[in-house]
Amino acid sequence: MTKAKFHFSRKLLAIPYALFLALFVIAPLLIIVYYAFTNGDTGSFTFDNFRNFFSGTGGDTFWESSRFKTIVQSLGISVLSTVVCLLIAYPIAYIIAFKVKNKMGLLILFIVPMWVNFVLRINALKELLEWIGIYNKSNGWNIFNTVLGMVYDFLPFMVLPIYTTISKIDKSYLEAARDLGAAGSTAFLKVTLPLSKAGIMSGVSMVFLPSMTNDVISNYRTFNHTKIIGAFIDECFKNDLWNLGSVTALLLLTLMFLITWLTGGFSAEPENGSRGTSLW
Amino acid sequence: MENKAHIIELKNVCKQFDGVTVVDDMTLYVRKGEFVTFLGPSGCGKTTTLRMIAGFEMPTSGEILLNGKDISNLPPNERPVNTVFQKYALFPHLTIFENVAFGLKLKRIEKKYVDKKGNERVKYEKLPKEVISAKVKKALEIVDLAGFEKRSVSTLSGGQQQRIAIARAIVNEPEILLLDEPLGALDLKMRKEMQLELKAMHKRLGITFIYVTHDQEEALTMSDTIVVMSDGYIQQIGTPEAIYNEPKNTFVADFIGESNIFSGVMSKDYLVRFCGKAFPCEDTGFEKDEPVDIVVRPEDVTIVSSEEGMLKGKVTSVVFKGIHYQILVQCGRYEIEIQSTTTPKVGESVGLVIKPDGIHVMKKKFRVNKFTGVITKRNTVEFGDGEFDCDVTQLYPGSHLDEEGYLITAKGEKLDLTDTEVNVEVGLHDITMSDNEDEGGATGHIISLIYKSEYYRYIVRTDNEEDYVLACEDLWNENDRVSLIIPKEKIRLTLKNPEESKQ
Repeated sequence: MTKAKFHFSRKLLAIPYALFLALFVIAPLLIIVYYAFTNGDTGSFTFDNFRNFFSGTGGDTFWESSRFKTIVQSLGISVLSTVVCLLIAYPIAYIIAFKVKNKMGLLILFIVPMWVNFVLRINALKELLEWIGIYNKSNGWNIFNTVLGMVYDFLPFMVLPIYTTISKIDKSYLEAARDLGAAGSTAFLKVTLPLSKAGIMSGVSMVFLPSMTNDVISNYRTFNHTKIIGAFIDECFKNDLWNLGSVTALLLLTLMFLITWLTGGFSAEPENGSRGTSLW
Repeated sequence: MENKAHIIELKNVCKQFDGVTVVDDMTLYVRKGEFVTFLGPSGCGKTTTLRMIAGFEMPTSGEILLNGKDISNLPPNERPVNTVFQKYALFPHLTIFENVAFGLKLKRIEKKYVDKKGNERVKYEKLPKEVISAKVKKALEIVDLAGFEKRSVSTLSGGQQQRIAIARAIVNEPEILLLDEPLGALDLKMRKEMQLELKAMHKRLGITFIYVTHDQEEALTMSDTIVVMSDGYIQQIGTPEAIYNEPKNTFVADFIGESNIFSGVMSKDYLVRFCGKAFPCEDTGFEKDEPVDIVVRPEDVTIVSSEEGMLKGKVTSVVFKGIHYQILVQCGRYEIEIQSTTTPKVGESVGLVIKPDGIHVMKKKFRVNKFTGVITKRNTVEFGDGEFDCDVTQLYPGSHLDEEGYLITAKGEKLDLTDTEVNVEVGLHDITMSDNEDEGGATGHIISLIYKSEYYRYIVRTDNEEDYVLACEDLWNENDRVSLIIPKEKIRLTLKNPEESKQ
């Protein structure tokens, strides 16, 4: 009977983001999928690119190739960076959450570096390393420097989610644990640590996944002496090897998806007893 | 009951937080197997006391003895005491079984054995798995939740979580079970059910229960002994009957059950005057004409015809309450609450009869004069039919006044205190009297004076019937008109509604 009028609903607010998503996330992804499965010359469908990726270069098998070495090196650097980040960040987050009165002040101390331009910070670190004399000195030092750069850059991303989770843990859980006979350390291991799992997982994915591909750090740090998979993809596209680059990117994407899925990164509700929104 | 040993004893226990005293010089004992309830309004120190027994807080001074041994500084994990928390605090990352078994898995049994060299040694062994699961099963049966082992905490209702919390505590076979307002989060019907169940559980298990609540009905229903607390002090300790029938002071009378509280005078033994009439009563042992507080429970007032009544009045309100009617009768300036099954009409003139055994006379404590007051625009305080200069900065620690008379708090917030309700306390010796009517903040007549060997104790009643009690070494006459002077710094103010004024 009445004409359907334009009715403003909250759903409409999602349109800008949906457009952004379609243009800058889904479209590029489709392009990558397209290049991964087509022949560079003819544009016909093919699995050759995958075969190419896994065949060796210059007479070596894939397992002996520098490509495989790059993947292993990336993984190694990521794991190392993540572990170091976690080892530094957890105590910091715990101390800020439980022992410090001026929480904001300390948190800001960890956030402020994020406000300084990232390239600038990495350059500064490079100068510092040169001054100390460990810059591009040997392969070992290069890997150390890369990890150092990653940790330096990603530490806040580990501290914040862990801090958020820990500070939301109801103190009565700890009291209950103590009440039931757990000494301080046992209470930590049996209650605080498991309850901060969600924050740890979120921090790990915030650090592990980017440090697989962040070739700015390895670039500036070592001028590709420590090559990681991100640098390899960059190289492919720069040398017009779009199909190989796309395959690598797609494989990396699958790998990350698997890792996230296996570590429960997709579960909607973290079991930490606090159902509020997390910081990330 | 009498001969049973004291399982826990508090000796002069004080607890302060940042200089504020929460529990003050508390001394009490709990007998083995008793069901003791700490009852009081929020902020009275009852939960802090419980937390000190549990070991979460250490007393600032004083001793806590468990079976005669000082445990004041023992951490909670080394005390044979378990707690049921207000919000249950069930571990969300563990199943029901793991929650209940938490304490058992941490338990180590001392085992003596002889090593190869023939020396006697002690080793600590974990409880075997079968023992743990048997105990968990039994605990879940006690709380009526058998078979819930594999469920996760989030799938349980509030009532079920409550039961699991109880199971998790009792499975450890503690000597004392502490319960911190455990039924607060449940709905009324569930709460009543759990009250009876807890009581039955207490009988069955035979362990000591220490229960904290602000719900007087809950306390009366469940406890063997009630400890009524207020402002960090114990007001009265006694059986539910004793606390209800013979409250020690107006606070207890007011807090436990409904009550009419009057100010009166004990004319002589067995005769008390209040509401302008003399009533025969059962109380003795007071000074002649000693001012007293009188408690009359609403159910102890009988409505009769206007001619037969000791007091006469008009019915102002009749409210149906299920098993009885709550009736308000205005007798002159006194409003009296009555519970009765008869239903007079509103506006009807009735007579009231109070039998001697329905009157409970209490000694008046004249430690301080207490009033309710309001802060005025000029930052003075109005109370007790008068107006006095006062120091409003004591309401907020660290605050000061700016030139315009606004209060600046320690955090720098600007507050306008006009019309803020405050509790006013003035000590007995802090009030002086003067002939000059304009000198003091309030005026009134001396209605009573009693010689107390060192001083005379006067009661000054203002025109609007507010009473001031004061001590003075000089002799004045009854019915003298005096004005009352209170120095600014002797007026103690506290916020009446601290929550509200924060906004």
